[in-house]
Amino acid sequence: MSGTDQAVFTGKARERLEALFPKYPTKPACLLPALWIIQEERGWISPQAMAEIGELLGLTPAYVKGVVTFYTMYHQHPVGRHFIQVCSTSPCHLGGAADTVRALLTHTGCGELGATSPDGRFTVVEVECLGACGFATPILIDDDFIESVTPDRVPGLLERYQ
Amino acid sequence: MGYPHPSHPKETVVLSQYFGDAGARSFDGWVERGGYEALKKALGQTPDQVIEEVKASGLRGRGGAGFPTGLKWSFMPKNSGKPHYLCCNADESEPGTFKDREIIRWTPHQMIEGCAIACHAIGAERCYIYIRGEFTDVLAILQVAVDEAYAKGALGANVFGSGQRIDMVIHRGAGAYICGEETALMNSIEGKRGNPRIKPPFPAAVGLFGMPTTVNNVETLASVVPIMNRGAAWYRALCLGNPKSTGTKLFSVCGQVMRPGNYELTMGFPMKDLIYDLAGGMRPGRTLKAVIPGGSSVPIMTAEEAETALCDYESIAEKGSMLGSAGFIVIDDSADLVYEIYRLAKFYAHESCAQCTNCREGTAWTAKILERILKGEGKPADLNLLMDLGENMTGKTICVLSDSCAASVMSGIQKFRGDFEKYLAGARSPALVA
Repeated sequence: MSGTDQAVFTGKARERLEALFPKYPTKPACLLPALWIIQEERGWISPQAMAEIGELLGLTPAYVKGVVTFYTMYHQHPVGRHFIQVCSTSPCHLGGAADTVRALLTHTGCGELGATSPDGRFTVVEVECLGACGFATPILIDDDFIESVTPDRVPGLLERYQ
Repeated sequence: MGYPHPSHPKETVVLSQYFGDAGARSFDGWVERGGYEALKKALGQTPDQVIEEVKASGLRGRGGAGFPTGLKWSFMPKNSGKPHYLCCNADESEPGTFKDREIIRWTPHQMIEGCAIACHAIGAERCYIYIRGEFTDVLAILQVAVDEAYAKGALGANVFGSGQRIDMVIHRGAGAYICGEETALMNSIEGKRGNPRIKPPFPAAVGLFGMPTTVNNVETLASVVPIMNRGAAWYRALCLGNPKSTGTKLFSVCGQVMRPGNYELTMGFPMKDLIYDLAGGMRPGRTLKAVIPGGSSVPIMTAEEAETALCDYESIAEKGSMLGSAGFIVIDDSADLVYEIYRLAKFYAHESCAQCTNCREGTAWTAKILERILKGEGKPADLNLLMDLGENMTGKTICVLSDSCAASVMSGIQKFRGDFEKYLAGARSPALVA
């Protein structure tokens, strides 16, 4: 992970930001996609990055923080190398999600939800409805959407993420 | 449904015809399957003609509210001199509902084509597709499809040589159920927190960026394509129940059934057949206990209510619930209904935007009281307290998130009171650790 004191929007990231401008009639509307760029570049969204994007879009740091904290997918702290989101809302709970959650916590070494494993490899969080209720239990590992995850599949799946 | 198992003979396969057929994903593949003919036909008609066709089809919004689509389009001003916008709502986040994801991942051009037709009808030159942030695989498929549609002239400054401009921007959400509410969705596109707005003004008057806007669900827009291809009369004739519910609809079935999945049915299809025949019925030795038919935001139906209902807006309303977005959560006799209702309350408490007091406090306290009941620490007055809370969460807030939370809790207590009382009487061991 790069240092948090360096500007995010230089080089390619700056080009990506500027490519957003024609897509929206106002600059503030570019905030959500710009926050995604920050997270892709840095892994999380630091206060410095919030201030930087605020300045570029004409928004106060407080406003940007208000938006970042509203949406659960933006990380306000560094997370493990691989970020795992597991659905446990009622339809998946009926399909056995609680066992899948337990298996993930055990095999990643995270132990509890929201924690990062001691080796920094994984963070596991519960997430509300992933919109794949017919494929209980769906999980997201980074950007990989994986359906029908049963406890016995967990060790094999994790091996792909070192 | 075509994926992951073949279509059932009792399905009416229209929208889901190419589910499981990866060849339908590309622009050329879609064209080979008759794609983009509907858009060309629509571009040859006036916007009013397209709106009249959709009105005559009887198509109603598939996102949950069931509002007539043609009528919604007709609310857009004519010659306003302002930019108009279409928002395609692909923020599918309703527990139990997983149909839009299938439409986009198998037939992204079906949705793009529907969006373009709608843009023509409402005079919009730009469509924003609001897709939930977690749909990573679907987002990648959609991005490829939009790029291809531009490259092949189905989008851009001169759509198929018609002189009409239609641009499409994919806007990725970032984890907020409430952004599926249309005014919260617009705020989210504008770079704001996803708080719903007070209506009126309605989006057709003052919408995205303050301009006239229509927000439609993915499935609604996809349905416009076969309507333009085959005509309103054909669509309207697809009806097994009340004539106000026409066409086909994707019914997502999940929970404790043998074959969860999406089933495309003619409106008015018997719910009993959907559950026991298409979705394979209960697991061996199990019986049906309850069904939440509309996605999680509607009242729970008893087995008897579900077995005698038809799958349309009116019949389910007669049985005291709502079709909603047709995400059927099927619950058998092995489930702990109190826990499942608690888990839904926890969902709503987590997803409340916290703007309205009745919702912010109501959803949180509902979840806390249910938690205490599940820990074996419930008090005799708790059920009345939950009902009272529910009353104060219904019809009292800017949007219907708190109503949705109250719906399952209140109907659960009314119809399955014994389940709650077992915990209160200490007749059932606690489901949660105190």
